[in-house]
Formats: sequence, C-alpha cells, structure tokens
Amino acid sequence: MKLSAYIGGIGVLGPGLQSWPHAAAVLSGLKPYLAAPTVLPTPAMLPPAERRRTGRVVKLALAVALEATASADADPTLLPSVFSSSGSDGHICHEICQALALSTREVSPTRFSNSVHNVAAGYWSIATGSMTESNVLCAFDASFIAGLLDALTQVAVDRHSVLLVAYDSEYPAPLHAKRPIPDALGVAMVLTPEHSATSIARIDLTLTDETCDSMSDLQLEALRGAIPAARSLPLLRLLAIGAAGRAVLDYLDVSRAAVQIDPC
Amino acid sequence: MKPLLLAEFTATSCIGQGVAPTLTALLEQRSGLARCEFETVKIDTHIGEVPGVDAQPLPKDLQIFNCRNNRLAELGVQQDGFFDAVQAAAARWGRRRVGVFIGTSTAGIMQTELAYRAREAVSGALPPSFVYGTTHNAFSVADYLRQRCRLEGPAMVVSSACASSAKVFGSARRMIEAGLIDAALVGGTDSLCLTTLYGFHSLQLSSPAPCRPFDAARDGISIGEAAAFVLLMRVPENLDPDAVLLYGVGESSDAYHMSAPHPEGLGAKRAMQAALTSASMEPGDIDYINLHGTGTPSNDRSESQAVTSIFGPTTPCSSTKGATGHTLGASGALEAVISILAIQNALMPGGVHTTRIDPNLTAHYIKENRRAPVLRVLSNSFGFGGANCSLILGRAG
Repeated sequence: MKLSAYIGGIGVLGPGLQSWPHAAAVLSGLKPYLAAPTVLPTPAMLPPAERRRTGRVVKLALAVALEATASADADPTLLPSVFSSSGSDGHICHEICQALALSTREVSPTRFSNSVHNVAAGYWSIATGSMTESNVLCAFDASFIAGLLDALTQVAVDRHSVLLVAYDSEYPAPLHAKRPIPDALGVAMVLTPEHSATSIARIDLTLTDETCDSMSDLQLEALRGAIPAARSLPLLRLLAIGAAGRAVLDYLDVSRAAVQIDPC
Repeated sequence: MKPLLLAEFTATSCIGQGVAPTLTALLEQRSGLARCEFETVKIDTHIGEVPGVDAQPLPKDLQIFNCRNNRLAELGVQQDGFFDAVQAAAARWGRRRVGVFIGTSTAGIMQTELAYRAREAVSGALPPSFVYGTTHNAFSVADYLRQRCRLEGPAMVVSSACASSAKVFGSARRMIEAGLIDAALVGGTDSLCLTTLYGFHSLQLSSPAPCRPFDAARDGISIGEAAAFVLLMRVPENLDPDAVLLYGVGESSDAYHMSAPHPEGLGAKRAMQAALTSASMEPGDIDYINLHGTGTPSNDRSESQAVTSIFGPTTPCSSTKGATGHTLGASGALEAVISILAIQNALMPGGVHTTRIDPNLTAHYIKENRRAPVLRVLSNSFGFGGANCSLILGRAG
C-alpha cells in the first residue's frame, strides 16, 4: 500500500541547521555541518501578550511552520495541519511537577494552559487565524513518521493539502537524564495532492521491514538518533540533493517507512 | 466519508466498568461523582474516580508500563470481551493490518509527579525506578495497548487536550480508507493526576460541587477518568440493521485562546457543520446531541450558541458529564460509547445534577431520560488550544 503527495515547501530548524536552504546546503555536502545550539526566533506573528507566554517548543514549531508555508506560498488559514511531537513543553512540565512536589502545590494557570501537548497547534491557529482542523500526535520516537502517515492519508483520502510540523524540544534536569533530547529540532513540510508551481518533489511512502538508513556524517547521525524529528534527515538529504532516490526511515519497533523521492 | 462499522465497544468510568453497568447507571440517572479523596490531593471538589485501578495488575512482561493510566487502560480493555474481539480481528486480518489510535491528555504523568517527590537529596535526580517513555510520555498508552494486544499496524496517540479521543476516529478513518489497515483499535484513556486536578483548580474551572452542565448556577467541571475503546472497521456486505456506524467526523480550530472557548462558539459550530457535511446529513437528521457540556459558564454558553445556530432550539441535547465527570482526553471515546448505547437502547440520557436550566442557554437541554427512537447522534468534544471535534454515529438500518 503506497501513499503519495507532492512536497511544496519545507521548513527546518535545529542544532547547526538554521533554515531549509541552510540545511539543504549542509545535507547535500555544499557546506560542512557545524554543531551549534538551536537559535529560536521570537514568534512575531503572535500578539505581544501571547508572545510572552510561549516556550521553546512553540517558538520552534511556529518557526518551521512559517518557513514551510511561506516557501510553499500557501495560505495558512486554509491549510489543515498535523503537529507531531514526542513531548509537550518540557520546561513547563518540569515547573508543574516541581510545584506539585511542594506542600503548597501552587500551579500557575498559564503554565497549566500551556502544558497541553497541542500547545503549538493552538498558538499556530491563534497566530494565523486558521480555523481549519489540526491533528496533534505523539508516537514517542516514532512521532515523525506517525505525523507523515497521518498527513499523507489526509492528502490521499480527503484530497486536500496539509501542513506537517514535526518537532521536539529538550527537558531540563532532572527529567533530561530520563529523556535526553539534547536540543530543539523541527521539520515542517506542505504536502499537496496535485503538482503545483511550488512543488519540490513527489513523495511515495510504503511501510517496510528493511533496516533504516543512517547519515554518513557522524554528527548528523548522532542527531538522527537523539531527536525524534531528526529521523527525517535521510528524507531531507534526498530532497537537498535534488535527485531521485529512496530512503528508509526509522518508525516503530516492528516497521520502518520507505520513501521514494522524485524531484519535480 | 464512507461510513465505518463500530464493531465492538466498551467503556469504563466512575459509573461502571463495561457497557452493562454503564447503561444501568444512565437508565437510573446515577452519577459516579464523589468528594475528592484522591491520593494526597487537598482540593474542595468532586471527582469521578474508577474504583480498583491501582489494584489492576499488568502482565509480567509489560511491567515497564506500570502506571495508573495503563492500569486503567488494562482494566478497560478487559471488559465486554473487547480484548478477545481485538485478537479475533488480528487473526482475521493479520497483526500488521490492525492499527492503534488512542486519545489521552496526560497519559501517565502521575509517575513523574510521584518521582519528583522522591528526588535524590543531593543531585536532585529522579529515582532509578522511574521510566519516562512507557509511563509519562503521551504515546505510552497506545504503546501499551499495541504490545498488550500484539498489534503491529501503525500506532499513534492523539493529544489535543479534551478533543483527543474524538479526533482518533478521524485518523483511524483516514488510514482504513487509504487501505493501510483493515481495522483499528480506537479509543481514549485518561486518568486522575495532580497536574489536572491542581491545574483546573488554578484556572478556577473546577467546581466544589458535582458539576451541573447547563445549570444557571453551574460553576465548573468535575474531573473524571475513563478508558473507552471501539473496534472500527469497514462496513461488511451483510450488515445487521441494528449495527451502529460512524457516519461523520468534523474538526476545527478556534483560533481564539489557549484555555477559553470562542465566545460565540464559532469553532464548535464549524466542527458540527463539518461533521454534518462529512456524513452528508442535514441538521434535522440528528435526533440527539451528546454535548461537550463541561459545566463551566463559558463552555456551555458558547456551545449552546453554536448548537442553536445550526440545530435551532428543539433538538434534544444533554451532557453526560454530570454522571461521569469530565474525563478529559478520554471523554470523546467515552461519549461515543454512550452515544452507541443511546442508539441501541432508544435512550436520550438526561443530564444529571442540573436542577434549573440556565434560561440564557437556548439549546434544548434535557434533564430527564427520554425513551424515544434515536437513529443518529452528534457527539461534541472540545479542548484547550481551541481543538474541536464532532462525531456523528447512527443506526445502520
């Protein structure tokens, strides 16, 4: 069973990866990978009151979603979305658990509101004014493919375009020792049922038993192993090279996802 | 959308473990809400606690998943022969062809809350016994169920706050229709924890009294917990007219506020309209609406406006949260099962605890049970972040 779509715009932000054009240059070998902490922009698209309340995971998701929709020339208010992440805001989670461990148990109402797994989707909807449906998923380390599968079934079954945003951010200590995601990394892409002027490539996905691909650069391979959204790197490398090719991405313990990329 | 068969279903909440006691409680208009004596929580509120969750063992080989949320999922999946029905589906189609789609808001975060009370004095480290991925992480409940039921199809958790386990029907529907799977274990599990009890309290959204949806004096929610599951599959050729089908799924976003609904219920209205469009139905085709009906002043006001704007003031509607409490990420699936019971038993369940219906709410809220044919039900689920989902369920024949 094959699921297909056209990729019409990409956003990337992560450690040493500043944007999709920059990541594409690194992944295609034009530029060296230089490890550096992820720099998250302030989401100017949000009203000031909301802007102050957003944590790193929201800044990350909004930044890559904005880059992907802008380069796809897509109107976010018309675009259904799939947000997929292995966790919610780790820093807020830590603050709440810390407050609950004290006898006073004073939980901040704003922190609680922003502790939901769908916090980034909520702020994306507020920022863009989009009232379209937004699905918010978690599949732990398999979250990228879980999101891609859900997005591709929307394209295949409902024949509409969809924005996929896969993103993960770190937990502070002491949770960090139990879930050692090193930094924030997000990937977004606009998937469309038909070829358009902004289409970059066609993607065909099948589930497979094959072993997943690794990255030849050791630092990028370390990222792929450490951040769930970075499991997309072999796919992004194909898109960066701009030639037809196939990659096998890690998914669940019992299955992987094979993606065939054909540039437009 | 192509309708799908709700082939098997089960629900466990504070009003009953399995569908028979759940139906009895609905027929008797009995509430399961009681004063909060949960764990070490000191909040003046009522909750819907499922008895026996902590005594529920998990299989020896799945002890790594041990937390209240997965114990509740295990308790739930054992009711009504549901586990055996899933095994039969896996045998029929193959384990790779059955997917797992579960909604939850907080999963097993209570393990982390407990671990933070047991941090190592000097280093601050969490105890070695604490495992994050199989308890705290949102996916843990779907991962538990797929390993417990030995299913190897695609698996995901939807975590859109209180719309989570309504939205799973949408994801499962797409994956079945795309041909990736033949059946889906769909549902929701959310369990009591300190994060939600103290969190809703901090927002002044939880009531000291048992919640009274649509009452003039309503003053907040009562938090509950539940595990509710449905086995979803394509409609077979020889369909029993008494079978219940999923006819429509409608989703939207409020684009308004993280924790307050749109004041005029525009997002809710859009989700209900999308569900009707998806089912190719008119408002007049709906016999009963199972409301989100949390019992907060703002939710019920905006939902009533949205309902009335589409259905007018005559379609009977009620919230079953006065009986079950607001089971958060499990409420969509729990209320889908209650909707199936409504259809199969010609029962419009009256809202419990509501004494004087708010005269400003124009939707036709019913306080007493009505025994009348129920062919089609619309069930609403709305959540933080402005996530909205409406399901339409109905008789096959």
